[in-house]
Amino acid sequence: MTATLPEQDLERHFERTIEHDQRIEPRDWVPEAYRKTLIRMIAQHAHSEIIGMQPEGNWITRAPSLRRKAILLAKVQDEAGHGLYLYSAAETLGADRAELTDKLVNGRQKYSSIFNYPTLTFADVGVIGWLVDGAAICNQVPLCRSSYGPYARAMIRICKEESFHQRQGYELLMTMMRGTERQRRMVQEATDRWWWPSLMMFGPPDGDSPNTEQSMAWKIKRHTNDELRQRFVDMSVPQADALGVTLPDEDLKWNAERGHYDFGEIDWSEFKQVLAGNGPCNAERVAHRRAAHDGGAWVREAAAAHAAKIKESVA
Amino acid sequence: MRSDWPLYEVFVRGKRGLNHVHVGSLHAADDEMALHHARDLYTRRNEGVSIWVVKAADITASSPDEKDPFFAPSGDKVYRHPTFYDIPDDVPHM
Repeated sequence: MTATLPEQDLERHFERTIEHDQRIEPRDWVPEAYRKTLIRMIAQHAHSEIIGMQPEGNWITRAPSLRRKAILLAKVQDEAGHGLYLYSAAETLGADRAELTDKLVNGRQKYSSIFNYPTLTFADVGVIGWLVDGAAICNQVPLCRSSYGPYARAMIRICKEESFHQRQGYELLMTMMRGTERQRRMVQEATDRWWWPSLMMFGPPDGDSPNTEQSMAWKIKRHTNDELRQRFVDMSVPQADALGVTLPDEDLKWNAERGHYDFGEIDWSEFKQVLAGNGPCNAERVAHRRAAHDGGAWVREAAAAHAAKIKESVA
Repeated sequence: MRSDWPLYEVFVRGKRGLNHVHVGSLHAADDEMALHHARDLYTRRNEGVSIWVVKAADITASSPDEKDPFFAPSGDKVYRHPTFYDIPDDVPHM
């Protein structure tokens, strides 16, 4: 009896904080569903950064110059960093980091469907920077104002760094476009491969996105999937023109009335297939992550044993 | 087997003249490793000239649930602020 009243007060306080556009901070009382939604979202985001190291990591040893290799190394290292900022944010909500990793390697938590596609040529590295990181930036910039403080702060750091990722990719592609006919074809083919999966990164259409409404009410998310997807299309068209590639969509055209580009129907059955684990690289990505985790177990144990021994000798 | 590395909170001084500011957390086996990880994770772009790491378990924090009563003693002392005092406009350097 007595417990219900304070809970109502706490809930009112939580809602008022959100209403006034103030941030929720660690150890504040939050409704269990808010905590769960955020942990799911942040963990999924963290896993995406960690798995996202693999498609490009694939090209580090084969980068065509020392300059490109150094850039790619720095970028992949950033992805690891982004994953760690986000795991750190998830932990402030009471999530256990080791458990999050377990859930990833056992397929019980998802990561972005985009990383289940292969990187067939070096042009894919450029297109990932341009389109995939470009889409990620579109998604992430509004999250810098997310109602949960640690998530918003992690996103601010991440967005600053993503800008380098997108620009290095676009510059790489511009360099290839100035090269041979074969290189230009590689860029076009990579664009053809990544365009539609990039549009899918924004998630299912609004009518089919069960979590959006509540996430927006809590100001965790600030825009719907379709709004962000439209913004990305509008940004990408002039970038494709400047680069000299064609986006693989016959229905893509300017709609003066709407003030936006119209674009074709997304193949949502492909999206669902990839999410369900049947994309070209799902099994490989998770297996690789699990092998890295298992292979590193002895290092983690040895470091813990060393730390315990030092502590003992001091005591 | 799980080998639990403790959680450390990380504070970075962005440049000389500024305070250390909390930037996030990380796991490490010991203090020295925590410093190295903090450098790699939070200062990849010259974001810092000095780093503090401290085990999260060693931090004592005020409880957000009781923040109103906890900070109440400073809430009703308007006379601690310069604007509380009326001074004529023509008095210089006040």
